[in-house]
Amino acid sequence: MSFTIFEKSSKGRSGINIPKSSVSKIKRLDTNLLRDNKANLPEVSEFDVVRHYTKLSNKNFSIDANFYPLGSCTMKYNPKIQERVAGLDGFSNLHPNHITNNQTHLIQGALSSLKTLENTLCEITGMNAFTLTPQAGAHGEMVGIMMIGAYHKKKGNKKRYVIVPDSSHGTNPATASMVGYDVITVKSGLNGDMDLDAFKNAMSDEVAAVMMTVPNTLGLFNPEIKQICDIAHSYDALMYYDGANMNAILGVLRPGDIGFDVIHLNLHKTFATPHGGGGPGAGPVGVGKKLKEYLPDLRVDFNEKRGYFFKEVNQNSIGKISPFFGNYIVLIKSLVYMQTLGREGMINTSKKAVLNANYILAKLKTHLKAPFADTLCMHECVFSAEELTKKYGVRAMDIAKYLIDFGLHAPTVYFPLIIQEAIMIEPTETENIDTIDYFCKKMIDAVELAKLDSKAFKEFPKTLPISRPDETKAARNLNIRWKD
Amino acid sequence: MPYTPHTPQDVKKMLDVIGIKEECELFDGVPSELRVKSFNLDQGLSEFEVFDNFNKLSNKNDTSKVSFLGGGYYDHIIPSAVDALSMRSEFYTAYTPYQAEASQGTLQVLYEYQSMICELTGMEATNASMYDGGTAMAEAALMAIRIGRKRKKIIIDSGVNPIYIKITQTYLAFHDTEVIVLDAKSDKIDKQKLLDLIDESVACYIFQNPNFFGSIEDYSEIVDALHSVNALAIMSSYPIALGILKSAKEMNADIYCGDGQSLGNYLGFGGPSFGILACKEKYIRNLPGRIVGITDDSKGRRSFVLTLQAREQHIRRNKATSNICSNQNLMALRATIFMALLGKEGFSKLSNQNYNNANYLKNELEKLDNINIFNKNPIFNEFVIEIPISSSNFIDKMEKRNFFAGLKLDALYKNFNNRVLVSVTEKRTKAQMDKFLTCVKEIV
Repeated sequence: MSFTIFEKSSKGRSGINIPKSSVSKIKRLDTNLLRDNKANLPEVSEFDVVRHYTKLSNKNFSIDANFYPLGSCTMKYNPKIQERVAGLDGFSNLHPNHITNNQTHLIQGALSSLKTLENTLCEITGMNAFTLTPQAGAHGEMVGIMMIGAYHKKKGNKKRYVIVPDSSHGTNPATASMVGYDVITVKSGLNGDMDLDAFKNAMSDEVAAVMMTVPNTLGLFNPEIKQICDIAHSYDALMYYDGANMNAILGVLRPGDIGFDVIHLNLHKTFATPHGGGGPGAGPVGVGKKLKEYLPDLRVDFNEKRGYFFKEVNQNSIGKISPFFGNYIVLIKSLVYMQTLGREGMINTSKKAVLNANYILAKLKTHLKAPFADTLCMHECVFSAEELTKKYGVRAMDIAKYLIDFGLHAPTVYFPLIIQEAIMIEPTETENIDTIDYFCKKMIDAVELAKLDSKAFKEFPKTLPISRPDETKAARNLNIRWKD
Repeated sequence: MPYTPHTPQDVKKMLDVIGIKEECELFDGVPSELRVKSFNLDQGLSEFEVFDNFNKLSNKNDTSKVSFLGGGYYDHIIPSAVDALSMRSEFYTAYTPYQAEASQGTLQVLYEYQSMICELTGMEATNASMYDGGTAMAEAALMAIRIGRKRKKIIIDSGVNPIYIKITQTYLAFHDTEVIVLDAKSDKIDKQKLLDLIDESVACYIFQNPNFFGSIEDYSEIVDALHSVNALAIMSSYPIALGILKSAKEMNADIYCGDGQSLGNYLGFGGPSFGILACKEKYIRNLPGRIVGITDDSKGRRSFVLTLQAREQHIRRNKATSNICSNQNLMALRATIFMALLGKEGFSKLSNQNYNNANYLKNELEKLDNINIFNKNPIFNEFVIEIPISSSNFIDKMEKRNFFAGLKLDALYKNFNNRVLVSVTEKRTKAQMDKFLTCVKEIV
């Protein structure tokens, strides 16, 4: 049984000595302002805390210990130098309200790093300017669509819809609706790309934006992408580039060059900052000329006389979307990575990411149905366990749970939604051939086991702290906080 | 090449299996007219050169002065165990805990986090974190709009952090709402004005306690008035203050939001921090973000899982409560460890120490002839001084005397010249405060 820290609590234990205060006695507040009882936090020693959370850490998979072939997540190695730089006193202990005070002489190093990052991202993506303030990919998406909304509003355009392909990430339609748009979902054609005719039919003067992931979540590059941009623009709809899969095309293609108006990047994917078990990420947003005036508040500029300083906010700016520069420390880590890689390293990154994915596709396509195996894939490849499900009752999730038992994190399953029993694999460039061979062997073993003994799958995983938790029960008998 | 392990032999072998001759053929699907026009980046550097570059940048940032700067971000103690545990790569290099079997560590931490936040705020439900205090407030307002259905009016109190107000306004600008921000004239709530405004068209009223000027007030009467017309009360606060002040539950608030930087996270030039969003249980289906629950596994063992996922974007797409996906998990983990180390007594003591220190400095400053205290209400660990010189001049002069003296309020409010928000945490010693007083006397 995994006991919570609350169950390890014992009255009178403490994990800390707070610095003593030597100020004279201060008058107590009136009771109507005070809480009745102390918050019932656990009472444990420092060592109790250390042992408890160390043990919990052992119940996690992590990129440092495990291969994560998670499609669309780009779980690559996070270089250790990032943590060392992030821990420097001048970054970690720097107060953001020097910004409010406009004491720029205290923060020249930070502002310089932000300007360098903005310039670097512009060159990588071909965009005109970046805001570094969004704190995650979805936050960036929202900022992008808000700017598009502001653009149409200023032009007096009557727009109601955002178009997304049916292979899109869930955040795309959720974002559109959060910014007040209705969503039109366009189906994919047999080749996995958005169906061009269906797209043309969906287009109208009421479409505000088209959100595309390039390459898409099937790991495919849509060669008609330029045509899609041109069609959208002919209706004054703007093109949104979801940069979740940027790792595939670093140094190959720049969204800005082919006509995208706005793009977000996931620095915790492409630019190797640690995922933190679900965040913090960072989702900077780049824009072309049309949207520059709508960028959110806080941008940095430089001249010889003043050094680094804050740009005047444009009157058309959408305003503030983060208190300061979003997850600044994450931004720093990504810049560390970019400078270590440099130009050649970045080009090599996408090459090796695509090489690894195609190697997996080639090795597994004779064992498991690959819906788009007649062409090369980009950074990820998609399989379908549909046949195994139909013949043997073994589902994509069963294979996922099997892999976990061998120290391999599960691939993304049941996404994209358009592939039945989807298994989506993104190895990234940082895995070596031995790990990938081992993974492929275990995938093939799983397929073989499905044919021989499909019932065996219900037992997997066998070696982990838990196996197949009852999610229905979790939602029905809701227990989301400890109660004594 | 750094971080790619492929030898030439590996590449050859892989290309053979794929059935192509050259690596460049991998990109044959990208038409040549779409290829990069420019890619002018510097050459890569060794990690040692990169470290030197960033070390130089770090040295161009000033963290050397004794700080009385707060205003939403605070210089609090961070116990060593918080760094040691959160720097375990099993935590910080893990993915989002969608695969429960491979993520029991993260999931249990989040469950404990939720439990501690509920203890602190008195709320019955909370999620596994938002981005920061400002976006948490915006999401709280959107919750109130969903719950209030046809109600469009949102009243934001004058004492709410002005940066959070701006963020909330940005979010709400894309919804059919009317946002009323009350003018900041004093540190007190304008009770009569509020009671006049509260009617059936109001979705919610957002207040902050202690407010941005550091003042503490009892909002119960306003909350009762809101509830009498079925409007919601959203309380924001600085979590350290909850160690001694009335909880959101005791204030009878419906939704709580706040920023978690003060709970074991570095200032980090503003991020990453994390947002807290909690509510009464009846509103849980309107709560955005991830939520962890307890269940049994196939062998009856206690298990932690993500639950109520039907609210979220990866399931519900455009019908989701929010588009949030990545949150600030690692910062919530740091907060959990921080709260566990402090515990029931420690947290309350820490909170008290902030109250005592700040009130000592406030009382001493009040004795000075040329200093007025703006706050009429009692204060927690911040207060506003009114000085006879411009706030910029004051801040500059104090900086020369080795202090970050506070936040200039004229940057955030009209007609707030000569007002500075001074913040005092448990880290400030009496000697530092006395030195601060001496320097203030020299200047004013």
